[in-house]
Amino acid sequence: MPINVLMPALSPTMEKGNLAKWLKKEGDPVRSGDVIAEIETDKATMEVEAVDEGVLAKIVVPEGTPDVPVNELIALIAAEGEDPKSVSASGQGATPPAPSPQASAPPAAAPTPASRPAAPAAAPQPSAAASPKPNGARHNRLFASPLARRLAKEAGLDLAMIKGTGPHGRIIERDVKAALAGGAPKAAPQPAPMPAPAPAVARPPAPAPSAPSDAQVKALFAPGSYEEIPHDNMRRTIARRLTEARQTIPQFYLTVDCEIDALLKLREEVNKAAPGAREGKPAWKVSVNDMVIKALALALMRVPDANVTWTEGAMLKHKHADVGVAVALPGNGLITPIIRAAETKTLSVIAQEMKDYAARAKERKLKPEEYQGGTTAVSNLGMFGIKDFTAVINPPHSTILAVGTGEQRPVVKNGQLTVATMMSVTLSCDHRAVDGALGAQLIGAFKELIENPMGMLV
Amino acid sequence: MADPYDILVIGAGPGGYVTAIRAAQLGFKTAVVDREHLGGICLNWGCIPTKALLRSAEIYHYLQHPKDYGLTIEGKVGFDAAAIVKRSRDVSARLSTGVGFLMKKNKIDVIWGEASIEAPGKVTVRPATRSVQGPPAPAPKGALGPGSYQAKHIIIATGARPRVLPGIEPDGKLIWTYFEAMVPPAVPKSLLIMGSGAIGMEFASFYRTLGAQVTVVELLPQILPAEDAEIAAFARKRFEKQGMTIITGAKVTKVEKAENSITATIDDGKGGTRTIAAERLISAVGVVGNIETLGLEKLGVKTDRGTIVTDGLGRTNVPGIYAIGDVAGPPMLAHKAEHEGERCVDAIKGLHAEPLDKNKIPGCTYCHPQIASVGLTEARAKEQGFDIRVGRFPFVGNGKAIALGEPEGLVKTIFDRKTGRLLGAHMVGAEVTELIQGFVIAMNLETTEEELIHTVFPHPTLSEMMHESVLDAYGRVIHV
Repeated sequence: MPINVLMPALSPTMEKGNLAKWLKKEGDPVRSGDVIAEIETDKATMEVEAVDEGVLAKIVVPEGTPDVPVNELIALIAAEGEDPKSVSASGQGATPPAPSPQASAPPAAAPTPASRPAAPAAAPQPSAAASPKPNGARHNRLFASPLARRLAKEAGLDLAMIKGTGPHGRIIERDVKAALAGGAPKAAPQPAPMPAPAPAVARPPAPAPSAPSDAQVKALFAPGSYEEIPHDNMRRTIARRLTEARQTIPQFYLTVDCEIDALLKLREEVNKAAPGAREGKPAWKVSVNDMVIKALALALMRVPDANVTWTEGAMLKHKHADVGVAVALPGNGLITPIIRAAETKTLSVIAQEMKDYAARAKERKLKPEEYQGGTTAVSNLGMFGIKDFTAVINPPHSTILAVGTGEQRPVVKNGQLTVATMMSVTLSCDHRAVDGALGAQLIGAFKELIENPMGMLV
Repeated sequence: MADPYDILVIGAGPGGYVTAIRAAQLGFKTAVVDREHLGGICLNWGCIPTKALLRSAEIYHYLQHPKDYGLTIEGKVGFDAAAIVKRSRDVSARLSTGVGFLMKKNKIDVIWGEASIEAPGKVTVRPATRSVQGPPAPAPKGALGPGSYQAKHIIIATGARPRVLPGIEPDGKLIWTYFEAMVPPAVPKSLLIMGSGAIGMEFASFYRTLGAQVTVVELLPQILPAEDAEIAAFARKRFEKQGMTIITGAKVTKVEKAENSITATIDDGKGGTRTIAAERLISAVGVVGNIETLGLEKLGVKTDRGTIVTDGLGRTNVPGIYAIGDVAGPPMLAHKAEHEGERCVDAIKGLHAEPLDKNKIPGCTYCHPQIASVGLTEARAKEQGFDIRVGRFPFVGNGKAIALGEPEGLVKTIFDRKTGRLLGAHMVGAEVTELIQGFVIAMNLETTEEELIHTVFPHPTLSEMMHESVLDAYGRVIHV
């Protein structure tokens, strides 16, 4: 698809400008950082730099055109491999990367606006929210004012996703407010500060499907027939992240039925063996779900190629299985605390960690580091009698296991009809990272462990 | 005609000369024009010489109470008004000479005379016809004279002058502005002061300490109208205890002059009038920008109520013409002018510059007791819809204050309950003008109560009260 070059806003207040000069001709190759045009405002002449590489395919607004509105299409760049002659403007509503204006700033020329917009929140340019870059990529320390840190924490915003406009790029109050106003990526429940940016975040926003406006939706219901409950941050985050996941991740699903009679028996024995069990105060109480967590972690160790995260630059192959576990919150809400290196932990440790996580999750007291990241996840709706379902992958995970209820079903074994306790599980896979056969190997390994659970104890 | 300048600054007040130095630092060929003094009103007729006068008054005050400190004085303690004034003038002269050195050191041309802008890039300097104190001031050594000058960027920093109320025009004899009040031939026995802002209250304090009967008339319901109401009320009590008469919500409607006194008619705002006789009247009802003689109208430079309209980085609506400081609007304070000038020049250079956040500009009044503040008052914070926490700490709970013999004062802090942001800080009492910058730094760094609570303030200092005030806002004050 060709890249649209739009009229840049050179200052927060700029509404239009004159296209003074094209410095590239149609057909010229363009590299990132090349100055392609000069824009004049009442205050200054500014250079427009290309952000993308390709060939300047078409000049839409000829040089010398006065009063070109900000964000109007001024040129098209054909990306590598595209025929510059056949390009045409891409669809409305797309947000192509805008050229970044650079103040030319001759020391003593006509007055130039400040090298940076004074109020980024008001700037019609792609704001911090639209093209976030992790701040901490190169430095471990993130510079933010105490007030900015507190505001971000309260709003559930990830500081690493906010662009700082204070001294030396320090994140200050207004940056957090601008990010909030612009709907920047939020920290909760699970965006992971990643070594490389998560794909869903690093890309320009995908063309938004033309969703009906709030007013249009409300018009479908009689006034007074509903109560309007404002979204909290968690609700917004769930909506945004899962929409992103559905739109950006090619997902496929694999379902298997596991016989869990042996697992149930082992669980009973394990729990009976807990110190204090006789006095009614057992030191641990392992659930079926704890065993599912452990089995999935061990399965990932057996099929390490599936324990990965897709990034645009490389595949991240994880050394441990960090298993996120979806915890429903009272009312409506969801958070996914993570059992780190679950393959190394005993069932009793996993059980204790989950008990602590679940209790604190319900009070919304989990720390970001307890729910961010992870390499896979488990979502269990078995307790509601759900037989089988599919779950939405939560980036940066490549898989998520949806666990149904354990129930007695007629099964055929060795040609004989018999009754066994069965549990259906469905693995959602990110096809960019895990192909069908690999996913099948992973869920196969999981089934093997669930049906022969002694393997989890050694 | 000489080579054009990169930057020419009109006005060598604290805004103008600092702007010129910053411009020179950035490599611009720079000139500054003034018609009567280097250092402007601030250094010659404002901030600095009044501090010298107030220092004399302060020492006189201590000498009148030697027993409070276990001291005895043989004979009578008195003062010599002429000597006090001379000291004040010497302080100004010394600093004004210092500004001359700074110009020379930074290779900034000083041009002596009255400037007007012919067109963007063109300035004409004519001989000044008079100075505030009469005949034109002599040019400093090495200054360039009248003529035509060219500059790519012209920065107007012409400052402000006392506002004049019709019917109460200063006459230099009975009705004074700060110019005359600063160089009194003698201390009047009685004094009526119109206006209770910083200028009014500083002169009220000075003259009261030297024994004058002082009456202050303020139009608004509180004195020091820019300050937090609680702080202003606290200060008012102190002033009244010192023997000042303060009338608020009242207006001087008429002034009749006699040989060596005035009689003012005062409308008390409630339908009543009264008359007050005094030897002198000081008109301290604010200042207005010096915008008239620059040729702004012809150039089409936009002005609004006596000040030049800028974009926050000094740019006017006419390219190449800038304005900073008092002439660019309130708050009319020297430190505001300096910062505006630096930002203006940085922006011209293409460096990162942002408009000054006016909410973070501190204000200081050097009356006795001193007043200092930054940020929102309690009333303004509430108006803006903040749910606030307020902390207070009285001087009487501070060891250093007691040891100094200064137990009267209050430090008040205002926080946003939701975010812990420091919204404002307000202080009254000894040396608070030297303390306030701690809170200014805190606000600029966007600290919350947490950092302030965990900051170690040295003991024993008055600054501990700043800490205690924050602690009080969060229910953990120690020394009350």
